[in-house]
Amino acid sequence: MSSERINEIVILSGKGGTGKTSLAAAFSVLAGTEAVIADCDVDAANMHLLLKPDFARSMEFYSGELAVINQDICIRCGKCADVCRFNAIPFMENQYTISPLDCEGCGYCEKVCPSFAIVMKERKSGKVYTSTIKTEGIMVHARLDIAAENSGKLVAKVKKDAKDHANAGNKKFIIVDGSPGIGCPVVSSLSGANYVVLVTEPTMSGLHDLIRVYEVIKRFRIKAGCIINKADVNEAQSREIKEFLMSEQIDHLADIPYDSAFSSAMIEGKTVVEIQSPLKAQLEEIWKQIKLITNKNNTI
Amino acid sequence: MINNPPLKIGIASGKGGTGKTLLSTNLAAYLSQTQPTLLVDLDVEEPDDFLFVRGTTQSITDQYKMIPVWDEKACTLCGICSKTCKFHAVIQLGSIILVFKELCHSCYACSELCPAEALPMQKHKMGEIKTIISGNLTFIESRLNIGEEQAVPLIHQTHELAEKTHGNIPLQIFDCPPGTSCPVVASTRNVDFVVLVTEPTPFGLNDLKLAVETMKEIHKPVGVVINRYGIGNNEVEMYCQEAGIPVLAKIPYDRRIAELYSNGQLVYDKIEDMQTSLDNIIKAIQNVVRKN
Amino acid sequence: MKIAFTAAGTTWDSMIDPRFGRTEFFIVYNDETQETTVFDNSAVKNEAHGAGTATAQKIFEIKPDVLITGNGPGENAATALKQLDMKIFVNAHNMTIKEAYDNYKNGKLQPL
Repeated sequence: MSSERINEIVILSGKGGTGKTSLAAAFSVLAGTEAVIADCDVDAANMHLLLKPDFARSMEFYSGELAVINQDICIRCGKCADVCRFNAIPFMENQYTISPLDCEGCGYCEKVCPSFAIVMKERKSGKVYTSTIKTEGIMVHARLDIAAENSGKLVAKVKKDAKDHANAGNKKFIIVDGSPGIGCPVVSSLSGANYVVLVTEPTMSGLHDLIRVYEVIKRFRIKAGCIINKADVNEAQSREIKEFLMSEQIDHLADIPYDSAFSSAMIEGKTVVEIQSPLKAQLEEIWKQIKLITNKNNTI
Repeated sequence: MINNPPLKIGIASGKGGTGKTLLSTNLAAYLSQTQPTLLVDLDVEEPDDFLFVRGTTQSITDQYKMIPVWDEKACTLCGICSKTCKFHAVIQLGSIILVFKELCHSCYACSELCPAEALPMQKHKMGEIKTIISGNLTFIESRLNIGEEQAVPLIHQTHELAEKTHGNIPLQIFDCPPGTSCPVVASTRNVDFVVLVTEPTPFGLNDLKLAVETMKEIHKPVGVVINRYGIGNNEVEMYCQEAGIPVLAKIPYDRRIAELYSNGQLVYDKIEDMQTSLDNIIKAIQNVVRKN
Repeated sequence: MKIAFTAAGTTWDSMIDPRFGRTEFFIVYNDETQETTVFDNSAVKNEAHGAGTATAQKIFEIKPDVLITGNGPGENAATALKQLDMKIFVNAHNMTIKEAYDNYKNGKLQPL
């Protein structure tokens, strides 16, 4: 029981548009039923377009709070609107109402309401799904409601469900498509990870964002490797990225050239390893390398 | 002409990496060739426009949010503050009160509900706004300090500052943060029109649909610019047609654009078709806004 | 001496929870009385924001001498924990509680 541990691999990139999700989906196909997939990039969830989940089971997800006014008890004193720093309680048609887009859920209005007409309710923010995907493997993913925000809590929930399935099915890997940026959701994507695969591109902003996100990874002492996508678009920038990888002892996993195969595969609803392309062999090689590194790290 | 109110255009997208920065910077620089133009970078967590604008810095102003500061002498350790704070930004550890400024939403509840007035609100720097002049182009960059979690207050302050200092510039372009949540809503609230930048791929289409839904929620007229046109399929165009959303321009995929961009260079003066695209975009927007 | 573990379950065979702020449980072992106590952290785990500082406040109430966890507390939680006179060990997230305890006894855990 304790010798076979699950390897959790998180695919991350500081900014969007680097090909992170395309690569994470390709590794998911290569891993097949050995892995459970967790899509934590819930702000712009796209992985389902390539992995074809069946959305079989869903659960409503609540995050944060929202003030609700009971108009029957409200005495229209306006104290709530006075204390609200977010202008979230406009007075319209002789009623104080909460503007859900503006309410931050701080609860100050509830505290000052003399007639106890305000309660804080959990805010529904989306749905979490457990699906079977085209590899017959399991994927946990989420869909946010319009204007709802991703949170560390949602990412933690997606990862927890994925881990439960991995444990129950004796899986070797969890592949996590991580959240963008450097905030709370990223920290939540990273916790528990055995290895991070960074995906970047050779542009000025690519390197800038890579450095920022690596600061977070370093704080949690997680081993990382990096794939430079579209590496041939700017060789000088690619070299600069490689120098950064060397100085930080980040594994340089591969340079992938710009290739239209990514978009032609995507149009067919496939990952790049499911169509005829020279990239297929390269990605198989990278996935083999990642497996080797994580297995070594995990047998202490 | 002179009496017309300024035209405010937001540039947004469902996710990062679609070409928002490319469009914002080139549109602003190109338009400033013929008239005074304002460019505001509201992607406060990852501002990138500065890589493409060279000019002289006119001013830098620190931006603050209000946070509670513990007055140890006045405090009676009653614990109301830590119980009040929904964000766990104020916690009590025995006889110590700790305030975590990055977690604080500046709601004032702990401060004003403290019976001993032991948590007065004070200014805390959360970022800065820089104004750069480059010929006819005025560029305002807003940057959130690393570790700060609240982008929205800074976005509001940037809008206010832009309005106060450069509100009369006839053409104003706002580069918005990517995504579909609060920061985008805050960024696009007082613009006249929102341009959604996307790619002609299934990922692009999926993200575009989410962005369109968000804009519907706040009742903004939108138009679409398809970037890297030619790499994918025509599903984005078909969707726009069905949903009645105008496609303002298609910027063809061109390796030269990618290369120039990766080196921090503008492309409108180097790629012939780009100026036509930019002209089409601005004309289409002016038509829509005039009609409204 | 009281030793607290961030735990994914409630027994000695449970895995260490790699997360600090959003840990499922705390298992606290007192090696003088050989008493084991389990604290449910699910209330904090369900917070959208500020889980780290909320859990730090909880740890303050438990007052352990040693804390053993996985990735380690985030920046905010680390600041709060500095107020406590407590040794913190990290990188135990591929171990069960029992393995983590044995490794701790043999001085094999990594201090923060």
